Amino acid sequence: MAKFDLNDDGVVVIVGSGAGGGTLGNELAQKGVKVVILEAGPRVELQDFINNEWESFTQLAWTDMRTTSGTWRVAKDFANLPAWIVKSVGGSTVHWAGASLRFDEHEFRGKSTYGSVPGANLLDWPITLAEMEPWYAKAEDKMGVTRTNNIPGLPGNNNFKVMEAGARKLGYKEVHTGRMAINSEPRDSRGSCQQIGFCFQGCKSGAKWSTLYTEIPKGEATGNLEVRPGSMALQIEHDASGKVVAVLYADGAGNMHRQKARVVAVAGNSIESPRLLLNSASSTFPDGLANSSGQVGRNYMRHMTGSVYAVFDKSVHMYRGTTMAGIIRDEARHDPSRGFMGGYEMETLSLGLPFMAAFLNPGAWGRPFTAAMEGYPRMAGMWLVGEDMPQETNRITLDPKAKDKFGLPVASVHYDDHPNDVAMRNHAYKQGAAVYEAVGATVTYPTTPYPSTHNLGTNRMSAKAKDGVVNKFGQTHDIKNLFVSDGSQFTTGAACNPTLTIVALATRQADHIAGAMQRKEI
Amino acid sequence: MREVDRRGKYSRRIFLQGAASAVPVVAVAASAGLGIEDAWAADATTLTPATLKTLVKVARDIYPHDMLVDTYYITAIKPWDAKAAKDPATKALLEDGVRRLDQDAQDRHKVAYAQVPWEADRVVLLQGIEQTDFFKQVRSDLVVSLYNQEELWPKFGYEGSSAEKGGYIKRGFNDIDWLPKV
Repeated sequence: MAKFDLNDDGVVVIVGSGAGGGTLGNELAQKGVKVVILEAGPRVELQDFINNEWESFTQLAWTDMRTTSGTWRVAKDFANLPAWIVKSVGGSTVHWAGASLRFDEHEFRGKSTYGSVPGANLLDWPITLAEMEPWYAKAEDKMGVTRTNNIPGLPGNNNFKVMEAGARKLGYKEVHTGRMAINSEPRDSRGSCQQIGFCFQGCKSGAKWSTLYTEIPKGEATGNLEVRPGSMALQIEHDASGKVVAVLYADGAGNMHRQKARVVAVAGNSIESPRLLLNSASSTFPDGLANSSGQVGRNYMRHMTGSVYAVFDKSVHMYRGTTMAGIIRDEARHDPSRGFMGGYEMETLSLGLPFMAAFLNPGAWGRPFTAAMEGYPRMAGMWLVGEDMPQETNRITLDPKAKDKFGLPVASVHYDDHPNDVAMRNHAYKQGAAVYEAVGATVTYPTTPYPSTHNLGTNRMSAKAKDGVVNKFGQTHDIKNLFVSDGSQFTTGAACNPTLTIVALATRQADHIAGAMQRKEI
Repeated sequence: MREVDRRGKYSRRIFLQGAASAVPVVAVAASAGLGIEDAWAADATTLTPATLKTLVKVARDIYPHDMLVDTYYITAIKPWDAKAAKDPATKALLEDGVRRLDQDAQDRHKVAYAQVPWEADRVVLLQGIEQTDFFKQVRSDLVVSLYNQEELWPKFGYEGSSAEKGGYIKRGFNDIDWLPKV
């Protein structure tokens, strides 16, 4: 196993080991590049995962202090938990559902397609679908996405069957068990899905792709990748010429270390990544690193989300089997006649009883609530995920008061719904309920968005430096050996789940970084 | 379709004791003037049996499930005693909260909260204190301490942990049998 010296200034240092950081680390290691991944969380392995929602949350979730503001209900119900993401090796690929969709062509051109939307800071990506296609193909093969690479779709569980029956009755056409990075047959030395039903708690069969037991061990096997768990990046340091030279981090015991670096890639997900850049402010860069545009932390997107749960007169047992292998794609198109720009997906979703109680209607009590809970065995459910508008005022900032245990300001997350988001959500709630009513639902529950599982946009790509933070390769406009490798690169959010795009971008970025290093450009 | 056995997993013995206790339950109950079903409250070190019993009633009124016996609410509420023992502020919060509820009940119905006969009337009293720290803390704790009890899950048709049983691939993950043909 590789072990690099703190003073080895030839290494690429990556902050974060998830879809972006883990993939980038492996891809670089395969090309002979020396990599150190600093992961803030512990190394919880597959055999340690727990099929119990609250215990697993305690084991895996990022619960470091964050503050919130804005009109979104999460700020009231979960004031210090704006996001549900993972603090463990593998990042959020440990607890994600596995949904792996490509952007549509127009979704890389949000500004050109949707035009001027008041209040929205829309911008086209500096990259097109045509350029992304080969990288999407590599990512689908790497992750083993069903319905690609001759991999059969997963079988539909009870929850899917209810949604499918309702969808067909309504006339929806694109309905299937999803493009999922979950093995429907053994592949890549991993077994096939056992329909365990605890996808969000870490896949105990390894059928679901996660960098924890794919990219990372593959990278480590080359001898070029060292993963340091329990390593919280605090600041990125630069030299007089403005290039980054080291990452200051704290280990599990709270001791500080400085790892020198030839290149630094930030992949701490969209709240910590801008926070790290902002906390790295210096006299040369008083507004934080890579922030000449003022866009670091801004344009925070979390997708339009919501759920619809429906109760029937007979049992469904929706918790049996994969949590999200089921989709209706018809509403993902762009069709302004519906009253909003952009589109949304409808994906099956189940929560266990404990999480249903916490998230069905946070704060609710009394008989209306308990009547809903007693419907649990006869409940089906779906999650609605669609494109939310980037707004400059939706942003991550450094909290003026709250500090972490190292004395650094914590992240403050501000989010207001845009009218387009509200119109889309209302449409989605109506359609979701209609799907279930078509097959006999006696009651439906339009459910409020959960703490954000998709966090995007806070270090966005732009063609021009004044409009964003990074270029088409995730390289910061201001500092050429500083990169961003996670979903904070997203210029716009598109309708679909982001992980496939993050993995495709990271694979492409590795190619670019390795080439630039070889040419001694960085 | 494979249905879930809804019978709760509690035994009579656990029901009577509430939690593990070496003290002969019957003797303690009799000496404290409590009915046998209240013996669990006699184990408490910091909060009075009356306070705990009221908290159990409040818990049921916050999350009323007629199909659940008191045991589940008792299990959910009991840990407040240990928290009150460790932290005087918590003890004060709970005792003041219960005292105020009982006062509101006396003012309106001439009896203590737990004796107000109609749930709907007790709910009105709870709505009166909905914005207090007492109510907010009790409710937000209860949503976990009640619904996270494994013994309670079969009553809601939830089967809990699955991986060690081989997942649901052979246990009915797709056995729904009442949908119209697609």
